[in-house]
Amino acid sequence: MLWKKTCSEPAAASGHRQAASISRHQQAYLDSRMRHRRFVQVMRVFLLAAFLMLWEISTRRGWIDGFIFSSPSRIWKTFAGMVEDGSIFAHVSATILETIASFFFVVVLGLFAAVLLWCSDKLSEILEPYLVVLNSLPKSALAPLLIVWLGANRGTIIVAGMSVAIFGTILNLYTGFREVSQDKMKLIYTLGGTRFHVLTKVVLPSTVPATISIMKVNIGLCLVGVVIGEFIGARCGLGYLIIYGSQVLQWRGEMIKRISSISVGKLDRGWTKIWGSLISVMAGCEKSLSESVIKGII
Amino acid sequence: MQPLLECKNVSYSYHTMAGETQALTDVSFQVNDGEFAVIVGPSGCGKSTLLSLICGLSLPEAGEVLLHDRPIGQHKDFHIGYMPQKDQLFEWRNVYGNITLGLEIRHQLTKENLEFAKKQMEEYGLWEFRHVKPSQLSGGMRQRAALIRTLVLQPALLLLDEPFSALDYQTRLNVSDDIYRIIKKEHKTAILVTHDLAEAVSMADKVIVLSARPAHVISETPITFDMEERTPMKCRNSAKFNEYFNKIWKELNAYAVEENMQ
Ligand SMILES: Nc1ncnc2c1ncn2[C@@H]1O[C@H](COP(=O)(O)OP(=O)(O)O)[C@@H](O)[C@H]1O
Ligand SMILES: [Mg+2]
Repeated sequence: MLWKKTCSEPAAASGHRQAASISRHQQAYLDSRMRHRRFVQVMRVFLLAAFLMLWEISTRRGWIDGFIFSSPSRIWKTFAGMVEDGSIFAHVSATILETIASFFFVVVLGLFAAVLLWCSDKLSEILEPYLVVLNSLPKSALAPLLIVWLGANRGTIIVAGMSVAIFGTILNLYTGFREVSQDKMKLIYTLGGTRFHVLTKVVLPSTVPATISIMKVNIGLCLVGVVIGEFIGARCGLGYLIIYGSQVLQWRGEMIKRISSISVGKLDRGWTKIWGSLISVMAGCEKSLSESVIKGII
Repeated sequence: MQPLLECKNVSYSYHTMAGETQALTDVSFQVNDGEFAVIVGPSGCGKSTLLSLICGLSLPEAGEVLLHDRPIGQHKDFHIGYMPQKDQLFEWRNVYGNITLGLEIRHQLTKENLEFAKKQMEEYGLWEFRHVKPSQLSGGMRQRAALIRTLVLQPALLLLDEPFSALDYQTRLNVSDDIYRIIKKEHKTAILVTHDLAEAVSMADKVIVLSARPAHVISETPITFDMEERTPMKCRNSAKFNEYFNKIWKELNAYAVEENMQ
């Protein structure tokens, strides 16, 4: 199975015989791979279409209650309506903007704090337990408090988005900085550099790949935080739409936002359950994050 | 003649919570201008530590390291080049960026210096590869790049810490010829550290043998081969090579026996 995979890579194929001299067996092999790929793609599309069709038929035939479970056609109608009056764009752009803003602050503050910790062993040793505790806080529980403290405005929602990601970011970045090889740092000193040069010429450039992968996780976390913030303290945004939709039992409106915000797998009843599933998704992310941090520390 | 470098009764220990590790005790030797000194000693005896002291990265607990009769800390205009055990080329910079790293750090990216760097790269076959990432170079070329990175700062003294130990045997012989030729051509005073006695004899003007940890000097042997254009490879094939090798080997063993009896 493994070698089959590698053979299907174009790079590996070009290393072998070229198009002009393809043998019959090689051709048969290539054809079978092609058929395989096409089958997988077709089945993927088919599965989605079949699901939507089954859903639609079930509600039309009355197998399930369309009022509670909605249906693809109703969702589409609501969506089209929201596109027509433009309200969906306002909500989506509000959430996107808030997510980007909180992501931006997480990147800037996270890097700044991690550099500070790296600069001072004393500081990092003093703060490490606090960071670990703060990182393992259930940040979703913090959102209502943030609203109380800071008021129901966009700034608060951005802070809620940051609160989910910031501590894990600092810990992960700092761990990455610490792993930079001593010998590379020594080289900078032998070339006449200072600790500042070690930071700018070795630590930061060598941790670029790690930093990027940390940030990839973060943009998702920020979105989760922003939506939770919008649940409680917003007048627009996808989180607000979810709450609004569920509270007035406008299931059609609510479904589409849920699908477009986070593809939570199951259909739940009532907004408390949505909240619950969101929290569990988030807790899962956090757990894996803090585990990796703890591993890094040990 | 006044020596370029003089180590006088140098001692050094590492301190950790687990305890104290004595690395050097009472190490004394001299290196003259233009000399190629090779320090041999078993792994872990304190060779890298000694080089760190010589280039001023750490200070001796006792004794002195003198350059032209003055402690190294007092020299501002006097650069000591250090070539690490692995080349430590940065993968996120191309070859040119790696070679000019020292100039960049010291804010010396002047026209003359860059011209000098270019000349060196041309001379030693790296100019065509200046835009390439280090991982695309062969082991020998990487080592040359690491050496040139050190040479562009025009060091008065060059320290090499087991520069060939990461290479396979055949590359190692070729690269030591290479590096030797470059150092001699640039008229550098060099101290090379190795645990390989044959390598030491083939390259050195003077072999300094260190004991196991804590290191001190067991013997100093001047090496001369009467041949035109000495290269490490030619030395290995000459009859005198075995003579030197056996002599130093015997001294080492005699010392080990003496140690055991005590
Ligand atoms: N940072 C350090 N902390 C504690 N002990 C060290 C440290 N660096 C080296 N040592 C110890 O000092 C001894 C000499 O090390 P080193 O100079 O690197 O040896 P060599 O280069 O000859 O192999 C070794 O036994 C090593 O374990
Ligand atoms: Mg060493």
